[in-house]
Amino acid sequence: MEEKQSLISPPVPLAQLGEDQNLKPRMETRGLSVYYGKKMGVGSVTMPIYTNQVTALIGPSGCGKTTFLRALNRMHDLTPIARVEGEAILDGQNIYTPGVDPVEIRRKIGMVFQKPNPFPTLSIYDNVVAGLKLLGVGKKSVLDEAAERSLRQSALWDEVKDRLRAPGMSLSGGQQQRLCIARALAVQPEVLLMDEPTSALDPISTQAIEDLMTTLKKHVTIVIVTHNMQQAARVSDFTGYFLTGELVEFGPTNTLFTAPKDPRTEAYITGRFG
Amino acid sequence: MATVRTQSRPSTSPLYRAFGDRLFAGLVLLLCLLIIGIVLLIGWQLGWNGARAFEVFGIVGFLSSTAWNPVTDVYGAWPFILGTLITSLLALALAFFPALAVAIFATEYAPRWLGNVLSYALELLASLPSVIYGLWGLSVLVPALRGVQQSLFLWASDHAQWLLPVLGNPIGIGLSAAVMVLAVMVIPYTASLAKDSIALVPAVQREAAYGLGATKWEVIRMAVVPYARGGILAGVILGLTRALGETMAVVLVIGNNKNLPFTLFGPATTIPSAIVNEFGEAQGLQLSSLLALGFILFLISGVLNLLAAWIVKRMSVDGRL
Ligand SMILES: Nc1ncnc2c1ncn2[C@@H]1O[C@H](COP(=O)(O)OP(=O)(O)O)[C@@H](O)[C@H]1O
Ligand SMILES: [Mg+2]
Repeated sequence: MEEKQSLISPPVPLAQLGEDQNLKPRMETRGLSVYYGKKMGVGSVTMPIYTNQVTALIGPSGCGKTTFLRALNRMHDLTPIARVEGEAILDGQNIYTPGVDPVEIRRKIGMVFQKPNPFPTLSIYDNVVAGLKLLGVGKKSVLDEAAERSLRQSALWDEVKDRLRAPGMSLSGGQQQRLCIARALAVQPEVLLMDEPTSALDPISTQAIEDLMTTLKKHVTIVIVTHNMQQAARVSDFTGYFLTGELVEFGPTNTLFTAPKDPRTEAYITGRFG
Repeated sequence: MATVRTQSRPSTSPLYRAFGDRLFAGLVLLLCLLIIGIVLLIGWQLGWNGARAFEVFGIVGFLSSTAWNPVTDVYGAWPFILGTLITSLLALALAFFPALAVAIFATEYAPRWLGNVLSYALELLASLPSVIYGLWGLSVLVPALRGVQQSLFLWASDHAQWLLPVLGNPIGIGLSAAVMVLAVMVIPYTASLAKDSIALVPAVQREAAYGLGATKWEVIRMAVVPYARGGILAGVILGLTRALGETMAVVLVIGNNKNLPFTLFGPATTIPSAIVNEFGEAQGLQLSSLLALGFILFLISGVLNLLAAWIVKRMSVDGRL
């Protein structure tokens, strides 16, 4: 218990945080619920996602973290049995309003998955610019520039700049995941959703990805699902704790980890649960 | 618990089980060798019996000669090789996009029940005896084709005289009829394999593309088809092998003409049709030449299969289809 707390810096009061960084929500959910058939995946989550901050979603396995994350860019549209209720607001507009094109939403809200999933038949370069090509960008100078920018942002540039034409699959697992981050960043999304992006990686690659998130949040708002509390404590500014489909507590990471309001949160972070 | 139970099972002694293992392994090995042996035996038989043709006309001579005359007892393989390759490759080219479209529709667009119906229909089509396709070609396709050919021919004689020698006689029966029948026969094979391989594309690959803001069609283009390309190619190769060796359906509609040059509409021939047409009355050098033709087909199929296996291996993701 003491070990875990020693990883965490002293708490910063919420008011002070807000003042310092002039927090504005980039996204916001209101009573967002997802059902798989009759079964509830997450229920009535109301939560802000602050601009240029890292928001971590933690909680035991099966508590609905992934389900909630995928509701933020309408990924559930692809699951026939999934049904979403409530609102997810991006820049003042509910993305579930009829008439909103999910394809447009996904261009603004990028996603990185649990397992690195580069396109196996494409080169490193082509993986990165795949999204731009979808947008109809064909000019080589634009693509080159975007590729370099996103590979630098994902801290992969130095490792691959001499072999951009090599297959994406020739990279190590950790590099592949950073390639996927670069691919998501290339289209300059407003929000980047990451679902346990390091759970399939070794500690060094995990470190690399955690490191890049701190610089990345200057460019993009990040939501990261993690089952690793230390990781949440290290990389995030805000944390939401989920339990059986419910958002139990949300707050600044420091506060949530050092002075949780809900006994269930306290039980979880002190390791008495999960 | 479980281990205790397995150990205390009073049945087979380890010794006996090791023997059973080895017996099974031996049996499997034997069967494999038998199959390889049969293939080699067929190749050797064809080669041995066709050797006289190669001896008399020379290997290059036999392969490149366009003469085939039982009266003067002079034989050459070129028209048959050419006809076989042209019909098969054209059929494949014609079948590829429809087959891919069927596969994509069945896996990505059709509701589940319709996808199942389509799969069943493809299997049924693949298992129909080829003579049925031949009869369909002769009674339905050829008459329809004749009409189309005649109008094209008339148009060409007014506007593009130079096309006439390429088109040839618009009689329905001929090269284009054979190509079309073959294409129809190949589609179920190619579509079936492509379908299976598309269904195996992992969800994370699709989601990668959706996550970038791809539309459904873009997902298919950038994530699904590239990932499945090994299996799609395997289907193409299987189709090609089927087309190369196809006999009955082709014999019925190709018109069996071994005089070069072949034209698009006019009659032509292939190795299997030549064998079927002439084998009954063939003797001596003619018989040997027919067997030599069979040997050539055997080699073409073998080489193409190897080439195909190599391409599929190189193209497939994760070394699988
Ligand atoms: N596609 C699905 N179909 C049915 N139930 C699902 C599906 N995906 C997730 N669930 C259920 O929803 C609940 C939340 O799952 P998930 O969001 O994956 O949890 P987490 O990511 O926190 O481990 C679980 O009970 C899970 O079984
Ligand atoms: Mg999850």
